[in-house]
Parts: sequence; structure tokens; C-alpha cells
Amino acid sequence: MAEGTYRDGIRVMLPLIPAIVAFGASFGVLATAAGVDALAAVVMSATTFAGSAQFAVVSVLGAGGTAAAAIGAAVLLNARYAPMALAASGAFRGGPLRRLLEAQLLVDESWALSNREGGFDRKVLIGAGAVLYLAWNAGTVLGVLAGDSLADPATLGLDAAFPALFLALLAPLLRRGSVTVAAAVLGALIALALTPVTPAGVPVIAATAACLVGLAS
Amino acid sequence: MSAVWLCVLAVGLATVALKAGGPVLASGRELPRDAARVVDLLAPALLAALVATQAFASDEKLVLDERAAGLAAAAAAILLRAPLLVVVLAAAASAAGLRALT
Repeated sequence: MAEGTYRDGIRVMLPLIPAIVAFGASFGVLATAAGVDALAAVVMSATTFAGSAQFAVVSVLGAGGTAAAAIGAAVLLNARYAPMALAASGAFRGGPLRRLLEAQLLVDESWALSNREGGFDRKVLIGAGAVLYLAWNAGTVLGVLAGDSLADPATLGLDAAFPALFLALLAPLLRRGSVTVAAAVLGALIALALTPVTPAGVPVIAATAACLVGLAS
Repeated sequence: MSAVWLCVLAVGLATVALKAGGPVLASGRELPRDAARVVDLLAPALLAALVATQAFASDEKLVLDERAAGLAAAAAAILLRAPLLVVVLAAAASAAGLRALT
């Protein structure tokens, strides 16, 4: 496949903007409801930029948990970024600082959308990640300002948009061959099996063990 | 420092490090062949795990709810070679429709 452009990254991300803004807004609403001050919520979206970990922090703190418990849950949830960033590391260019900064635009969606035949596309990742960053932060500001007058994203079915997106991005990879299919099936099974018995975040990290089937081929 | 700001700082720094680790440390190095084959399979394994947990996990429980119907609609759209926007809309509309009915 031809090398992508920043514009490609922006274009592929556009269909997801309503869902991202809505979830950013629901983070803002939940954070204020949990007693997190508005500025902290906005700063967190700008610096952590990872939905599930941010939701975990406000829900642990909102339920009266300690900072240590909130940080532990969030770091566990974000631990998946280590293998995801490693998989995409060949796409990054330049010195350590540039790599460090560009890698911050890696989130589930930009990572998945930039996964092309034969590797990850840096420009698509950055274009998609930048759009997502703007949408997520705009949503958070909207949420802390509007409070709970906003609609719940689940009513609009937006929570179903994300698994659909990941399935759509997984589908073309499955044509690569039986080893890839085996890794995907095993990954899903590991994640489902561990969901009831481990803290959130662990199932997805443990699923990376499925890629060891590559050694058997 | 309040608990909230401590969380903002610690989680922010940890996330920066988790995201940057691979790209900074693996800079300019070719992975050995076996390692490359394993890293290639990270994408399908992680994507499948994200599909599974985002469709069927709720906190630490497995659930079958409207998201599953959305995922089924998405699968049908993918099989019909629909564009990404249609796949995502089919999932959201199915889940929303089912929630409105029940």
C-alpha cells in the first residue's frame, strides 16, 4: 500500500469524532460529579490523553479510593500502550525527543487506523492522533462546562462504535493467514477468560501473549 | 498536593513513559527475525482483545448487552464490504435502537 499522508490520518478519523467528543464530554461530566475540579479534569485530558485510564481515576477517587489505588488502576489500564508502541516503533523517525513527543499521539484508535499492510504509517498515526486529541480535549471542556445536562453517549449507541471500529480494522489483517487468525482468536479468548478474574486492564495486556504463536510457525 | 493533582501528575508521567518506551529505545535497531514475527502478531492479538473487552466487558464482568448487537451489525457490514463509516454507524444505530426498544 502507498505511504499515507497526514490528511489520510485526519480523513479516516473523521467518522469517529462524534463518539470521541461525546466520551470526552462524559469524562468531564463524571469528573466534576466525582468532585474532581474542572481544571484538573481538563489538564488530565491534555496530558494523560487516554480515556479508560482517566475514567478509572475519577471513578476510584469518586468512590472514596486513595490516590495510590487510582494511579495503580490507571497505569494498569495504560500498560497496553507499551506493547502497542513497541509494535509501531518502526514507524517513528528522528531523535529521542521527537519520538517521545510523536508517540504521545498513539492511542487505541490512531494506532489501529495507522496499521497498514507491512507496518505502521507514521503520518496516518499523527494525523489521526492529532484529530483525536483535539476532539477528546474539546469534549472534556464541553463536559465540565455543561455538567450533566448532556445526553449519555450510551443512549446514542456510541459505546458500540468502538468495538465495531476495532473489528473493522482487524478484519483485513485476518486475510494474512492462519497464524494471524490464531493470534487474534487466542488474544480474544485470553481477554474474555481473564475479564471476570483480573482487574480491568490486565486482560488486554495478557492477550499480547497470543502473539507467541508466531514462534510456533 | 491534593490526591487529584497527584493522580494527574503520576498517571500523566507514567502514560508518557509507556507510550514512548518502545519508539525511543528501539530506535534504529532491527529486531531479530523471531522477535519481528512475534511483534507483527501484536496488532491482531491486541485488536481482537480490544474488540472482546469493549463489546463484552463491563467493569470486571462479562455481559451480553446492546453492544453485542452492535458488534453483530458491524460484522455484517464488514462482510458486505461497507466503508468504515457505515460499519461504525451500523453498530451505533443497532445498539441505540435496541436500547430505545427495551
